Amino acid sequence: MTGYIFRRFLQSVIVLLLVTMIMFIMFHLLPGNPARAELGVKAQPATIAAFDKLQGLNKPVWYQFWLYLDHLAHGNLGFSYVQNSTVAQLFVEYFPKSIILVGCATIVAIGIAVPLGVMQAVRRNRVEDYVFTGASFVFYSFPTFWLGLILIEIFSINLHLVPAEVPAGTSVAQILAHWKELILPVMTLAMISIASYSRYMRSAMIDSLAQDYIRTAKAKGVSQKAVLLRHALRNSLIPMATLIGLSIPGVLSGAVITESVFNYPGVGLLFVQSALSNDFSVLLGLTLVAAVGVVVGNLVADIAYAVLDPRIRY
Amino acid sequence: MAEQPWYPGEEQAPAPLRTSELVEAADKPGLMSIATPVQALEPLVPGLENGQLPQEAPAGTRYEGGEALSSGSVLRLTFGTFIENKLAIAGLLIIVLLVLFCFVGPHIYITNQKTVNPLISNYGPSPGHLLGTDGEGFDVLGRLMVAGQSSIEVGMAAGLAAAIFGTLYGAISAVIGGIVDAVMMRVVDALFSLPTLFLLILLSAIFTPNLPLMILVLTFVAWLGPARLVRGEALTLRTREYVQAVKVAGGTRARIVVRHIVPNAIGTIMVNTSFLIADAILALAALSYLGLGLPNSIPTWGGMLSNGTNVIYDGYWWQLYPAGVAIVLTVVAFNFIGDALRDSLDVRLQRR
Repeated sequence: MTGYIFRRFLQSVIVLLLVTMIMFIMFHLLPGNPARAELGVKAQPATIAAFDKLQGLNKPVWYQFWLYLDHLAHGNLGFSYVQNSTVAQLFVEYFPKSIILVGCATIVAIGIAVPLGVMQAVRRNRVEDYVFTGASFVFYSFPTFWLGLILIEIFSINLHLVPAEVPAGTSVAQILAHWKELILPVMTLAMISIASYSRYMRSAMIDSLAQDYIRTAKAKGVSQKAVLLRHALRNSLIPMATLIGLSIPGVLSGAVITESVFNYPGVGLLFVQSALSNDFSVLLGLTLVAAVGVVVGNLVADIAYAVLDPRIRY
Repeated sequence: MAEQPWYPGEEQAPAPLRTSELVEAADKPGLMSIATPVQALEPLVPGLENGQLPQEAPAGTRYEGGEALSSGSVLRLTFGTFIENKLAIAGLLIIVLLVLFCFVGPHIYITNQKTVNPLISNYGPSPGHLLGTDGEGFDVLGRLMVAGQSSIEVGMAAGLAAAIFGTLYGAISAVIGGIVDAVMMRVVDALFSLPTLFLLILLSAIFTPNLPLMILVLTFVAWLGPARLVRGEALTLRTREYVQAVKVAGGTRARIVVRHIVPNAIGTIMVNTSFLIADAILALAALSYLGLGLPNSIPTWGGMLSNGTNVIYDGYWWQLYPAGVAIVLTVVAFNFIGDALRDSLDVRLQRR
């Protein structure tokens, strides 16, 4: 087990190193040259020279890459000349709000998808199963932003059930105080995950129900409910742990869209606005952070799977 | 893991091709008719004499699957099961109708999609403008057609390009093997760990894409999936005897990739391609919605929705729903086809 975790960890480190290399190449792909792209077309030659010196752009490429890694190791993700702030600062400021949104959406998605998947597995190939299968198929194909727009149109503009604007407060406490305004963004983000989670839960559950130990439990006279909850469900939840780890990139992409639709001040909105204002250091820095999140998420998911399922030996 | 059917109706009878196929083969003057007279063959379908074409089978008749005939008819059998799949038909039909709508429609329903006309902006649906007009005075139905052209073109082009590049990358990686394979696959891992939309937005901001560049950008984020899938298939294929035989006979690696790996992995590739197209259409829509897609001169469905957002409080539903429905229909159609292909080719693959 320790050996497996160590090997898996080493692999993640290699992937992360490659990711930094890709980001470094992207930095050099910036239109014109990095200095022009970051400082704007009207930048003075002296400013550009200073920028080049700061970034080590007058040094050989290998040294530049080393410098880039050195900066990263010190938590220096770059400096946003548009926002006049370091990227790390911006990230720390916006990240908690995104975590609230993504966290709530994930909890809601699991809370709905798990019972739904169990129900579909139990009532397999009956009307309910087909209805939800069809629904998840359609939701799977839904553009996230359109779903958000429709929810706004129906629930806040036509029915006036929830406010259309989102928590504008800057602190986490302020956002939580206006929890009603969080409902629509959370639902939007959750809906897409529910479609895939419930499909996965359904097939994991069907797999579990076909196992010998279920038949044994039934033969012993364990009640239907106990068979489902204690024997089948618990074993089906193990692959779900991996799925949630693996769905991080999808959820992050969904958060970018959802935050843009609802103007919710999280990392995703920051990212889109930076793209629209050509603030490349923010884009590169945040993409790197997202990639680290994904790699770590996958690593944790794999290790969790190994820990949760005692049958797995590496 | 047992793959469960996505939808009803997967338990079809195998296509009743075999008897007629045999008859066709037997009718042709060739080795077969000389060596084995038609009459000597066992009837494949009980109650049916040899040489006689099957009558209309009564509804619900199930044919027993016998030994597969080595007549190279895998594609035809595939086609048979594919055609019997109702959702596949629905998917194909939707796509054919959408293509007609987008490419032929503008010649029948002629509208002005070139010049802005503020005098008729935001009109509701009327006989003159069946789906009303948008904020710039463009007819929404007409714009839906024109926008569909770019959306479908870019989606298909990016999906196909990604499938081709990914297939070659994965196959080459597996065939070379060793350290090169390890490095090539770690690159895929690294790119996979960049969330798709982040990468797309970053690339769009760097390149400010026009139509061909947008296809390239979408291809760049999409080729990773097929590369991994095909490498996986190629790893098992390269140990097969016929591939070994090519090696022994002095065949080049290029020959192994092009003549053996790719044709044998074609099922996986085809299934994956239709999903890739669906994803590319969604990605283009998202980028256009964010204002990072194609230039304004090229209308897209996502761009239409982006404009529709401005008037969402005014209740101009005709600027919010039609384009979204078009996107969902297209994506659902390609997903249907992918799933039907997966069933008929019996490809096992996990989606996302």
